[in-house]
Amino acid sequence: MVDPYALYETMARIRSFETAASKLLAQTRIGGFLHLSIGQEAVAVGVCAALRRDDLISSTHRGHGHCIAKGGTVERMMAEMFGRESGYCKGRAGSLHIADPNAGILGANAIVGGGLPMGVGAALSAQVRGSDQVSAVFFGEGAVAEGVFHECLNLAGLWRLPVVFVCEHNSWAEMTPVTTHLAAPDVEEFAVPYRIASEVADGNDVLVVHDAASRAVARARAGEGPTLLVCRTYRWRGHFEGDPATYRDPDELAAWQERDPLRALREVLVAEDTSAAARLDALDAEAERAVQRAVEAAEAEPPAPVGTVVEDVYRAPLAIHGGAHA
Amino acid sequence: MPELKYWQAIRSALRDEMARDERVLVLGEDVAQPGGPFGATKGLLDEFGPSRVRDTPISEAAIMGAALGAAMTGLRPVAEIMFLDFMTLAADQLVNQAAKVSWMSGGRFHVPLVVRTICGNRRGTGPQHAQSLEAWLAHVPGLKVVWPSSPGDAYGLLKTAIRDDDPVVVVESLALWGSRGPVDEGADVPLGTAAVRQPGGDLTVAAWGATVPVALDAARHLADEGIGVEVVDVRSISPLDEATILASVAKTGRLVVVHDAVSPAGVGAEIAALAAGQGFDTLRAPVVRVTAPFAPVPFAKHLETAYYPQADDVVAAARRVLER
Repeated sequence: MVDPYALYETMARIRSFETAASKLLAQTRIGGFLHLSIGQEAVAVGVCAALRRDDLISSTHRGHGHCIAKGGTVERMMAEMFGRESGYCKGRAGSLHIADPNAGILGANAIVGGGLPMGVGAALSAQVRGSDQVSAVFFGEGAVAEGVFHECLNLAGLWRLPVVFVCEHNSWAEMTPVTTHLAAPDVEEFAVPYRIASEVADGNDVLVVHDAASRAVARARAGEGPTLLVCRTYRWRGHFEGDPATYRDPDELAAWQERDPLRALREVLVAEDTSAAARLDALDAEAERAVQRAVEAAEAEPPAPVGTVVEDVYRAPLAIHGGAHA
Repeated sequence: MPELKYWQAIRSALRDEMARDERVLVLGEDVAQPGGPFGATKGLLDEFGPSRVRDTPISEAAIMGAALGAAMTGLRPVAEIMFLDFMTLAADQLVNQAAKVSWMSGGRFHVPLVVRTICGNRRGTGPQHAQSLEAWLAHVPGLKVVWPSSPGDAYGLLKTAIRDDDPVVVVESLALWGSRGPVDEGADVPLGTAAVRQPGGDLTVAAWGATVPVALDAARHLADEGIGVEVVDVRSISPLDEATILASVAKTGRLVVVHDAVSPAGVGAEIAALAAGQGFDTLRAPVVRVTAPFAPVPFAKHLETAYYPQADDVVAAARRVLER
């Protein structure tokens, strides 16, 4: 039985992390492209709570929530955003590329749809090795228009791979609405031609997401093949920080903000137990403090040394690599 | 030492590595039941079973990406992208993903992935099955790129590539598919090394893949005139074996580079820059490149013959260089 307070705690940590990141960029204390998942926390948390530590995920450009939910630490993620060597990518690649073998995070990804094939490959690996690991692949509905989505569903369907395709359907592909970018906006329909299972979940209800994901993970672990899990949700911020999102109706955003996934879970828990409010307030406060500590620690660290930019290009570099060129 | 055909050497390397290491698997279009489009994976399905030898759909991006994910999680896949031209369909997974995983993850993930691919040059396969795109691949940090010109190297380089912990693209020449040669299964053919195929003192000719026999042919013509040509089989496109190339140029003072790719921004330009930079003091004549013209690859035999460098073209280039 999943602990709803643990789900809330992780959602609060994601919300705090994203809120802090937004402020840090606005203050130019960090740089680069920043794609925030505020409003989508329930999908990341509901799905990852259904996974084991040794299961694998592949993530997206909007991936901070996935990484935190799968066990990435806010300290090392924040260090990455500040360009510090203790960051997940040693400060060189940025938050679009958080990866951690120990937490089963194959990587966030700056290419829309780019993480699907590697997630399928992790499932292939589990099948070949005879492991019962499961791979969960996050992507937005924008990625459904990419060829790899179809290649991957076909391949996973053919080989009955232990993979859960998690579509975070937020109705916006960057700055273009789903009515303009998908001929079939109900993404779960794509499970039919590829003959795989499907689930549709309210992506703002973490308990519903967790239930659906648990069924999908159980099928995958039992050797019953892939599931396409479509979670309807909404992105509160623009495509990237700095995008004023003038292309969308403010009423649409306001309606979804009424369905804030954190508030929704809070209402459920408070209705069950009058002491819940104080407990959840404490979790909110602790999440903010944890992120604040991570910001302070990261900011205090020295920048990653310039010389490290040519390290790790190869696992097994040959003598000639990186040699002086006249 | 057995004498094998080029394609048999490839098959033999795959077979030996799969038998040695159960983490090695082979996936690609037509590789399992059909035994490969040209026989290089024949028998592997029977010997190693359908889990480790897999026919895929015609989905190059999924093949590459699935192999990448498998490589990141404990396996050592050999993915086949049937023709080098089709690498374009898998380019995101190879260039943006596989090549960068080690660096992006701070060295915490590594990618022991081999990509086998065939270049159909000199076999009438036309503009979308015969492109020599090695310069594209060599331009990507994180990839290693080799191109064997003999059965011995086809075996040795593939074996080394499978044992390497980084993504390695092995380009195979359809033009050399039936060529025969000795295969020393115990020999170590390290990545990143060139090989001197024929020593000579007057002129260096650098070539790889299907232009190596062309260079050797030209060298025989010139030997009849008493001109000593040193033929360097570059064979490792990335990284280049700069030391072997520079040592040869230091000896001969003259360099001709022969390749089937077009000239602009090609590997020949890189080798010429190497000679003109680090090798400047030893050069006695301008470097000359003998390449395809800047046009797609024609299908018709007479056009294709005119398109690709022939031994006569190399001989003519050598004479120009030797005049200085």
